[in-house]
Amino acid sequence: MTPANANYVFRALSDPTRRGIFEELTRAGEQTVHALTRHAGVSQPAVSKHLTVLKRAKLVRHRRQGRETHYRARPDALAPMVDWLNLYGAFWRDRFDQLENLLNSKTF
Amino acid sequence: MTTTVPTRTLVIEREMPHPPQKVWRALTESPLIEEWLMTNDFQPVVGHRFTFRATPARNWNGIIDCEVLEVEPNARLSYSWGSLGLGSVVAWTLTPTERGTHVRMEQSGFGVDQEANYKGASYGWNKFIGNLERVAGGLS
Repeated sequence: MTPANANYVFRALSDPTRRGIFEELTRAGEQTVHALTRHAGVSQPAVSKHLTVLKRAKLVRHRRQGRETHYRARPDALAPMVDWLNLYGAFWRDRFDQLENLLNSKTF
Repeated sequence: MTTTVPTRTLVIEREMPHPPQKVWRALTESPLIEEWLMTNDFQPVVGHRFTFRATPARNWNGIIDCEVLEVEPNARLSYSWGSLGLGSVVAWTLTPTERGTHVRMEQSGFGVDQEANYKGASYGWNKFIGNLERVAGGLS
């Protein structure tokens, strides 16, 4: 899978309702929009809108069966986020080294 | 020294053979911050909004929007840290030791809104980051 633009992933997960939907799909597996609506505590059109945002971020995929649309999570789409967290770990360790260098070199 | 990724917070700690007052200056004086972190317009004043500017990269303009949240001279400093639509808080704690200063940096994520009441928003996000570990465990 080609990862989605990182901005889409971060934006999709910046909303608590969308995180809730994504977590629910991760936890409970594939579900219909109806089932998700019961869980999410918002209207069905709102859930559908959230699912569109999650789809754009490639965090969910869907399939139609009869009149129902079933959604499932795609946890591998979290890769840009995992990269980001890894990046920050490396980033701060590097900055700590630079901070120490600065402190060692200056008498202020 | 460091938590591994992904966890709900990133913590980096190090003991430095310098007094807290000196470390504090490196953390709070704009030209000194620039020497080890990034270009900035930081001021050690609670509520002050400022930016860090890094070299832009793909999908990132290199700008980090921040607001000073806590200033306790020589001991504690925290600011919000927002980039890529994701907000977090960076908190520094300085503790004097026999050899110098124990420096602790904790970065914790809480979600997109970094306005005043970040604590309410933090719950869902931290829970999510915690779950991320489990979900990402399935990644190759």
